[in-house]
Amino acid sequence: MLRIVRRIVQSGYLTLVLSFLYALLMAWAAPGFATLANATNIVDAMLPLLIVATGQTIVLMTAGIDLSATAIIALTSVVGAWIVTGDDGLLAEHPAATPIAILCMLLVGSLVGLGNGMCIAWVKMPPFIVTLSTMMLVSGLSEWMTQSRSIYNLPDSFLFFGKNIGVAFAIAVVVAISGQLLLTRTWLGASLKHIGSNPATARTSGIQIERGILATYAISGCCAAIASLLITAQLETGSPVQWENNLLDIIGATVIGGTSLFGGRANVAWTACGVLLLTLIDNSLNLLNLSHFSIMMAKGGVILLAAWLDTLRNRWEQQ
Amino acid sequence: MNQPLLRLRDIGKSFFGNPVLQNISFEMQAGQTIGLVGENGAGKSTLMNILGGVLAPDSGDMELFGNTYCPDSPRASARAGIAFIHQELNLFPNLSVAENLFLSHFPKKLAWINRSELHKRSQELLARVGLDISPGTKVQSLSAGQRQLVEIAKALGEEARLIILDEPTTSLTDHEVRKLFRLLRELQSQQVSMIYISHALGDVKELCDRILVLRDGQVVADKMAADLQIPDMIRLMVGRQLDRLFPESKSQPGESIVLEANRISQPGVVHEISFQLRAGEVLGLAGLMGSGRTELARILFGLEPMAEGELRLLGEPVQRLSVSQRINKGMAMLTESRRVDGLCTQDSALANLTMVVAKKFTSRLGWIRRRSLHSSASQMAEAVRLNLAEGMNQAVCTLSGGNQQKVVLGKWLLNKPKLLILDEPTRGIDVGAKFEIYALIDQLACEGAGILVISSEIDELMGICDRILVMSQGELKDELQSREFNRERILKSALHADAIWEGDV
Repeated sequence: MLRIVRRIVQSGYLTLVLSFLYALLMAWAAPGFATLANATNIVDAMLPLLIVATGQTIVLMTAGIDLSATAIIALTSVVGAWIVTGDDGLLAEHPAATPIAILCMLLVGSLVGLGNGMCIAWVKMPPFIVTLSTMMLVSGLSEWMTQSRSIYNLPDSFLFFGKNIGVAFAIAVVVAISGQLLLTRTWLGASLKHIGSNPATARTSGIQIERGILATYAISGCCAAIASLLITAQLETGSPVQWENNLLDIIGATVIGGTSLFGGRANVAWTACGVLLLTLIDNSLNLLNLSHFSIMMAKGGVILLAAWLDTLRNRWEQQ
Repeated sequence: MNQPLLRLRDIGKSFFGNPVLQNISFEMQAGQTIGLVGENGAGKSTLMNILGGVLAPDSGDMELFGNTYCPDSPRASARAGIAFIHQELNLFPNLSVAENLFLSHFPKKLAWINRSELHKRSQELLARVGLDISPGTKVQSLSAGQRQLVEIAKALGEEARLIILDEPTTSLTDHEVRKLFRLLRELQSQQVSMIYISHALGDVKELCDRILVLRDGQVVADKMAADLQIPDMIRLMVGRQLDRLFPESKSQPGESIVLEANRISQPGVVHEISFQLRAGEVLGLAGLMGSGRTELARILFGLEPMAEGELRLLGEPVQRLSVSQRINKGMAMLTESRRVDGLCTQDSALANLTMVVAKKFTSRLGWIRRRSLHSSASQMAEAVRLNLAEGMNQAVCTLSGGNQQKVVLGKWLLNKPKLLILDEPTRGIDVGAKFEIYALIDQLACEGAGILVISSEIDELMGICDRILVMSQGELKDELQSREFNRERILKSALHADAIWEGDV
């Protein structure tokens, strides 16, 4: 019996099964859950979360963590909107405004991530405190740049990435699949796994730990910027508090999927399942007209449960 | 005769079916100091761990002050009055001396720690061990010798009836050693009982009333110190004959030099080490724990810094290269502890086997050519006779020690090394797997690689090496060609016992 339980808990797709069962339950319990319009809502909500969680998954592979992801989303949202907005934007009405804005967003996201990586890889500071400080620094910067005002009046060419669910879907799938291929099929991904499993062994085996860590945080920052593009376009707003409250969703989705906080065990496909389950919970509880607070409490409980499962798996592996 | 302080009867202990201790019996009187000597692996640590409540004996019984003594934890042994002073000290460096001294029994006033009482009693204890420091000093600011004295003060504070000292002098300076001995003599005059474990045979003979010699888990001699000369001690420690545990060597040292070390120094670690290693040669490095042998290996591989000296691999200077660059040049190293930095134990055999070589199977875009990588990993698994019940994806932590070591070896062999450094290649693995590993080493030497083997087991080195270097206190003390191999000479050089040897034997 215990062995069967272990098998299920240790398999990466426990979350997928749970999501399916949960969706069945809610199709019966929550009015308006099983409709096409709601399915679109769910996918819409999943896409940016999947993108940013892919970056987080890659960071978690090395036993790191990126708490600055949401702050990078806000900063790049502000940067992008600032360039393209019709209200006095840097390149307002310019035909190349949108591509330049997107490039700048990606660049800013990657650079902030690279900054995290440098502090962690070279200065050897703990990822937790580095990315937490970055979160505060970057959030403050976004607020200062905009004087806490949101930026509206974005051009249609920019909003295209949010309005057209097909494009958004394609972007998210490309990011997730690239992330998965990076982790499973490339030398960098193999190195990251070794760094997360046992950094001392990685070092004696000639793996360049610093380079790997730099890359993961830059990738995570870049993923946050891509997510920010989708979110900003969806909401038609560049906001310095964009996604401020969603940090735990990002880390939670990866952990619910089965990626380990202890490093060495990460998988983007699992993360996609975690994103699905978390989004389903969010969406269905909303439909049941539960308050914002009770939804937060429910999600917090689920994430705690997932972290407990992670600890359990880790202990079994050590036996 | 009055009642003995401690009596052991027929203590036995096995690990995985290998007897480590057999029929250990001895008793000691209160106020006596017993010396315990033996080679690495003779069973000293196991015996002391049994006394200290870390391990339970499989058979036999113990009495302390006439009462049955069977501690189930280190705490229980401390409560019974046994204080253990380990090689690696057990103080908290971030706490003050006083806090360390009274960690388990702070003087209290209601629920509060009575600071003034703590201070006063700490001062008394420090005075007893002759340490002139303030009780408020943080332990991290003390020297190794001072910490040792604090440990002893702690034992006195806990009113220990028996103090066990395990290699207390290894990290001390000469001056500190003399100070420690003065204190131990004083404690002897106060009728404190002690067990003193050391490789420094001269110290043991000088300090102890009685000496026990342990070999292969048995007491081979139990004599008064006055009746046991140092050469006899060494002979008793070495004892057995070499049996046929080793494959016949087919390799022959060639002409070309693989590795040339020139006056390598790192302050406090190694001093002016120079040697050459030829292609096809198996070179042994003997030495006791703490002699600097592991540190030297880590310096050669680039894991630890080196202050001075020159290192050439196949004629090319490599001392400035990083670990990964050295690996690319053909260096490989099996580290002392495979769990710590040899394996990723939670990952699969495949992932571990390919972790060094995968880089070579990577296209310019960073893609791993999986199929050819996997097939060479499978070939290697066969070549090292890896026994995988569940196939290549079996997690390494589920493998036996021998198979784990073969994974580490296979990981390096896949990279076709020109220099292979092996630090304790057969630690904790069974006899069969040992034989296979020796054969693999010989095969690699036949293919022209230079091999440096570090081992605590002198037999092993004599069985597989073409030449043996002996290290002691960070320096090379001796070099033996295969025709000169002699356990006693190696042990003598490793113990650095020249001064007290008197030139006989």
